[in-house]
Amino acid sequence: MDITGSTTGQLLKAMQSGSVSAVDVTQAYLDEISADGETIGAFLTVNSEGALAVATEVDRKRSRGEPLGRLAGLPVAVKDNICTKGLATTCASRMLENFVPPYDAHVTTQLLNADAVIIGKANLDEFAMGSSTENSALKVTRNPWDTDCTPGGSSGGSAAAVAARLAPLGVGSDTGGSIRQPASFCGVVGLKPTYGRVSRYGLIAFASSLDQIGSFATDVTGAALLLETLAGHDNRDSTSVDRPVPNYSATLEQPLTGLRVGVVSEFFGEGIDADVDTSVKAAIDVYRSLGAEVSEVSLPHTKYAVATYYLIACSEASSNLARYDGVHYGHRAEQFENMIDMYAASRAEGFGAEVKRRIMLGVFALSEGYSDQYYLKSLKVRRLIRNDFDLVFENVDVLAGPTCPTPAFRIGELVDDPLKMYLSDICTISANLAGIPGVSIPAGFSSDGLPIGMQLLAAPFEEETLLRAARMYERETDWHRKRPSLG
Amino acid sequence: MEFTPIIGLEVHVQLLTKSKLFCGCANFFNPDNPNVQTCPVCLGLPGSLPVMNREALRLSQKTAMALNLNLAHFTKWDRKQYYYPDLPKAYQISQFDLPFSYDGWVEVVLPSTGEVTRVRLIRAHLEEDAGKNIHDESGRGADSKVDLNRTGTPLLEIVTEPDIRSSEQARVFLEELRLLLRYIEVSDCNMQEGSLRCDANVNLHVQENGEAIPTPIVEVKNLNSFRGVEAAVEYEIKRQSKAWQTDHKRLGEVPKETRGWDAERGLTFAQRGKEDAADYRYFPDPDLVPVITTDEQFDEIRATLCVLPATRRTRYVKELGLSVYDAGVIVDQGREFADYFDEVSTVCGDGKQTANWLTQDVQRELNERKIQIGEFAIPAAVLGSVLQRIVNGDITIKSGRDVFTELLTRTDDGKNVSVESVDSIIANKGLGKEQDTGKIDAAIQTVIDNERNAKAVEDVRSGKHQAVGPLIGQVMRDLKGADPGSVRQMIIDKLMS
Repeated sequence: MDITGSTTGQLLKAMQSGSVSAVDVTQAYLDEISADGETIGAFLTVNSEGALAVATEVDRKRSRGEPLGRLAGLPVAVKDNICTKGLATTCASRMLENFVPPYDAHVTTQLLNADAVIIGKANLDEFAMGSSTENSALKVTRNPWDTDCTPGGSSGGSAAAVAARLAPLGVGSDTGGSIRQPASFCGVVGLKPTYGRVSRYGLIAFASSLDQIGSFATDVTGAALLLETLAGHDNRDSTSVDRPVPNYSATLEQPLTGLRVGVVSEFFGEGIDADVDTSVKAAIDVYRSLGAEVSEVSLPHTKYAVATYYLIACSEASSNLARYDGVHYGHRAEQFENMIDMYAASRAEGFGAEVKRRIMLGVFALSEGYSDQYYLKSLKVRRLIRNDFDLVFENVDVLAGPTCPTPAFRIGELVDDPLKMYLSDICTISANLAGIPGVSIPAGFSSDGLPIGMQLLAAPFEEETLLRAARMYERETDWHRKRPSLG
Repeated sequence: MEFTPIIGLEVHVQLLTKSKLFCGCANFFNPDNPNVQTCPVCLGLPGSLPVMNREALRLSQKTAMALNLNLAHFTKWDRKQYYYPDLPKAYQISQFDLPFSYDGWVEVVLPSTGEVTRVRLIRAHLEEDAGKNIHDESGRGADSKVDLNRTGTPLLEIVTEPDIRSSEQARVFLEELRLLLRYIEVSDCNMQEGSLRCDANVNLHVQENGEAIPTPIVEVKNLNSFRGVEAAVEYEIKRQSKAWQTDHKRLGEVPKETRGWDAERGLTFAQRGKEDAADYRYFPDPDLVPVITTDEQFDEIRATLCVLPATRRTRYVKELGLSVYDAGVIVDQGREFADYFDEVSTVCGDGKQTANWLTQDVQRELNERKIQIGEFAIPAAVLGSVLQRIVNGDITIKSGRDVFTELLTRTDDGKNVSVESVDSIIANKGLGKEQDTGKIDAAIQTVIDNERNAKAVEDVRSGKHQAVGPLIGQVMRDLKGADPGSVRQMIIDKLMS
């Protein structure tokens, strides 16, 4: 069997039937990773020994007829801002280059309890700040469809790993589009759940009120299956919501009758790539052909979303990243004059340019005399953005539009123009500000052969609707079956 | 030079919770084993998240009720940001614009004048304590160390209005606050261990040409004893009045100064200026959710409050007839002592008798044994029973003391004592007052018939009733226990008939 060419569903069946073992599966992916070398460069740490040990244990349990978790034997690429006990968790930063967490994140525990195999820690923009993974201080990750292009970000490593079949599943985090945008760039499915659906305990914070962990897979089924494992209440995260987790994969194949799709006019505005425009409109036509009621809707405060997002995200980041001061753990400068100088030198050396830019922006926005007009005002606008969504979800079930205005951009193309890079988040960041779930699914290719993603959004805790709507489209198309041809 | 000292206090109180404010680590003083009461959350490790300890908020709300503070139904958490090695997250989770309580007061009596004064409170809010930096004091310049056992301990900050006018009032306020917090059992208020800490803001309003001119405010940090607070404030008042006479600097003309207190040398000294840490960039902590408390929850908390010290003092004076001094002595001994007092006085029905016994006999035994009332082996019900018999006239005070001594002898031998023990001691020693008038009459007759008493008998017969005293004594001695009042009356009746 072509292990790495299989979907999660096929792999689970094959392992259950005994035609392949968990060790076979894990080894096949480890072989792919080692064959890739640094061509894609998705991983910061490859957990070869640990992964094989878990796979061996899965096979042993299976041979004894012991109960197995829902992801038994499936390799998962975990973004390197999610704590894994005993396994380096760097946030792709010099600051945490040597940090080995003494504890597991909630989602790590969930994965291990589900008998998943953590095959490696995936690259990201430093502290998840970026849209291209170019801000990683430790490694370059390339887009499997065109190695001159970025995989998107910040979960670029997880997206690229799944796209390049270096892992069947990936875990990422999405603060302003960091799962959906790289999924779109890499031609895979990327799901950001409702804020509070998945515990953030052990996710190294970028912006606490926006961060949410989610899943990557080559298809909607895999993404749903992984979400079932990640989601659920955790009393160690005060913002984790205590609601039962639906069995998403059980209802996935049931089409939604009378589905109402809203097309957000603001997401088709200035700067949208012609191929993206065409592909996504064609995708929406697929819903029409399936009997969905498609209507145009407006989210009038969208134009303020980028500014609002960067004020809130940077304000929280400036505070969340203050702890990296060289005192208790992380990078400490070797040369310093006194305590204040030690802080300054350690942080100056440990953080990259983008992280520093955002910390400075956040410190400014929270400063006395400025916080009213920046931070506090942005909280009010955030409420208005949420109100926009509440209003449209009275009349539609899902919103559809492009995930990103363009396909993947070239490595280095936007690094000197942070503002243009920020604007590429226009379609994704509103969902984080509103706390609603969203998914990016493959919906075509550009004339250059780069993947194009369609984003679907739903009301809070409507992941089931979101996934069923995504699956309805996926069944009618074969974009998700396309694989990049590498080397 | 005429001036009024203007003093406000900021008091930090560690709460007696089992675990810390935002994680499950144990909360107790443990300086000998640094960094053992820690976890990813209080170490501020990447990815860790705080979860509020509801018990800490409950104790804080209970305290607020005792301090006459208004309670907010809605409160939230904010981050106060600054860099210091004892603060691992580089921010302290505290409360900024919406503290859980505001606008209260504490009444204190000044010992020097007996004046009753009210110190208003601006607010009380809850926050997490920082760790402790330990510096090399040998002067050899070794590295400083950080102990994070204390990090995350629930810390109540109580801020007064600048209502305090003297160093004495500052000390008494703090003493009353400690007494109150101990009564309601929210803190042990141990200043040596740092569970009660105080900063004082001091300036003067100088009277000049009919105008009150405020001098610059000075914050004196880390006052860790009651005498320290009094002495530091007194020192500041003198220092500031001298400073005014030399430089005439008014409030606002110089930046607010922070000074430390050197207890050994008895003086305050300048510390680094506040401008270093001027902007804390407070903002709501996105890792925590706002907290709502319902009226029902407030009622449940209120039901756990005991009778407060000030209320007890008033009640002891007004209802039990104690002197202000005795009431103060009993209440100031602490909740357990006052509770013991309440139980004894309820059983015997005589507050004054109880006060006498507790402040003299019981206190003496406690001192001799170097124990607290909680360790005193005679239960309040038993002592109450002894005193009840005295009050009812069943035994004499002297017999009561004998019973008390015997009870102590038994408890010192490790035996338990009960009301039945009192009965048996009285019976065995024949300490019960003689109720048989025939026996008393016979004893009186014997005394009257005694030759030695002829003079006294004659004196009483001739109307000198004061001469009856020695006769009563002899009758009582023969009887062991009798009511002296009725013996007296019986002698007089007998001799005058």
